[in-house]
Amino acid sequence: MNKVRKNAIEATFDIKDGCTIMLGGFGLCGIPENLISALVEMNVKNLTCISNNAGVDDFGIGLMLQKKQLKKMIASYVGENAEFERQLLSGELEVELIPQGTLATRCMAAGYGMPAVFTPAGVGTEVAEGKEVRNFDGKDYLLETALKADFALVKAWKGDTHGNLIFKETARNFNPVMAMAGNITIAEVEELVPAGELNPDHIHTPGIYVHRIFKGVNYEKRIEQRTVRKK
Amino acid sequence: MALDKTQIAQRIAKELQDGYYVNLGIGIPTLVANYIPAGINVVLQSENGLLGMGPFPFEGEEDPDLINAGKQTITTVPGSVFFDSAMSFGMIRSGKVDLTVLGAMEVNQDGDIASWKIPGKMVKGMGGAMDLVASAKNIIVAMMHTNREGESKLLKKCTLPLTGVKCIKKIVTDLAVLEVNNGKFKLLERAPGVSVEEIKSKTEGDLIVEGDIPEITF
Repeated sequence: MNKVRKNAIEATFDIKDGCTIMLGGFGLCGIPENLISALVEMNVKNLTCISNNAGVDDFGIGLMLQKKQLKKMIASYVGENAEFERQLLSGELEVELIPQGTLATRCMAAGYGMPAVFTPAGVGTEVAEGKEVRNFDGKDYLLETALKADFALVKAWKGDTHGNLIFKETARNFNPVMAMAGNITIAEVEELVPAGELNPDHIHTPGIYVHRIFKGVNYEKRIEQRTVRKK
Repeated sequence: MALDKTQIAQRIAKELQDGYYVNLGIGIPTLVANYIPAGINVVLQSENGLLGMGPFPFEGEEDPDLINAGKQTITTVPGSVFFDSAMSFGMIRSGKVDLTVLGAMEVNQDGDIASWKIPGKMVKGMGGAMDLVASAKNIIVAMMHTNREGESKLLKKCTLPLTGVKCIKKIVTDLAVLEVNNGKFKLLERAPGVSVEEIKSKTEGDLIVEGDIPEITF
């Protein structure tokens, strides 16, 4: 077993133009910073990108938008990015907005080997257009299919050489479910340890879902809304 | 006088009951956390993956890995727990969250809500709102009674793309507390000094007014 890679460039060598990629994170919290930088550096184009948000203008997925690397964005909320809005309104970027819970659960379904799930989110709205509606116990549900990607790019706090992952606080968010939904899943971690060092009871994502892992560097961890109170 | 945003939050806080798990949306709903009545313990759920959300951190103690669904830096309270997005919406979908408070652009008298899109003008996305309104047992909308142009936001039929249908039970605005009752708005309380006539004139949907309408107290 050799899952360990030296860095993000080595881990992403086969992400080509036109691929579908899935990125963990909520806002800028828990995003795979090193992997995004590598994709920007390699200038891969025509990507379909699945992530809860689209970053901000000059950080996160926003860096790929600046370089016009995305063909399509699938997200639940994109309110913090002016360049995104510009590309959307000008028609340069195709966008599919889906409810946040539906996004998470479609990824989860892929990781659990289920082709589809039923969810009530979006019944009676434009999200329901073209989807099968089925009634269970008097309530309507939409059929939503499992969501997979060629590559899932996730960020964890700690990982081991078998690809087992532990996340920190709310930086967990979409990372575990997306890790399960990639044909190839690449994890960047703040701390990489030999297999056996993590307590098996503490692991969030079993390494079977993770194909490549590397220790990330230079984390900026930018805060989107710095809210504080006075001492 | 019409309520200000903090007073709307203060009035909604009176709806909280001991032991409630509560999800507060962005904007006015977030302020509800500041007015939880004494002696009542509620657990705040943040749909990005936290039960037990605490107040903002002290200056210098912000943690970039610890945010709420509005992407604000926060803290946790004792007994808190983190989880992933699928489980977060699992607890929402399965009805474990007792109360959801969220904002809206429009609500109609059947309890439909519109809150995520103005065609041709603004597309931010629905975030978790569609999941929340489709499953919450008890939803309160916190919003202004009218929009910036002075037009009613309480309508017979929503004009904007919907977030959910037949899901809203109660609405607290700067002018009134109302409930959705058999396809009409029923006026429950009015802001101090605001007349029933004024509320009527600013409510486009059908309004039921029965007997004396008490003023909102805090």
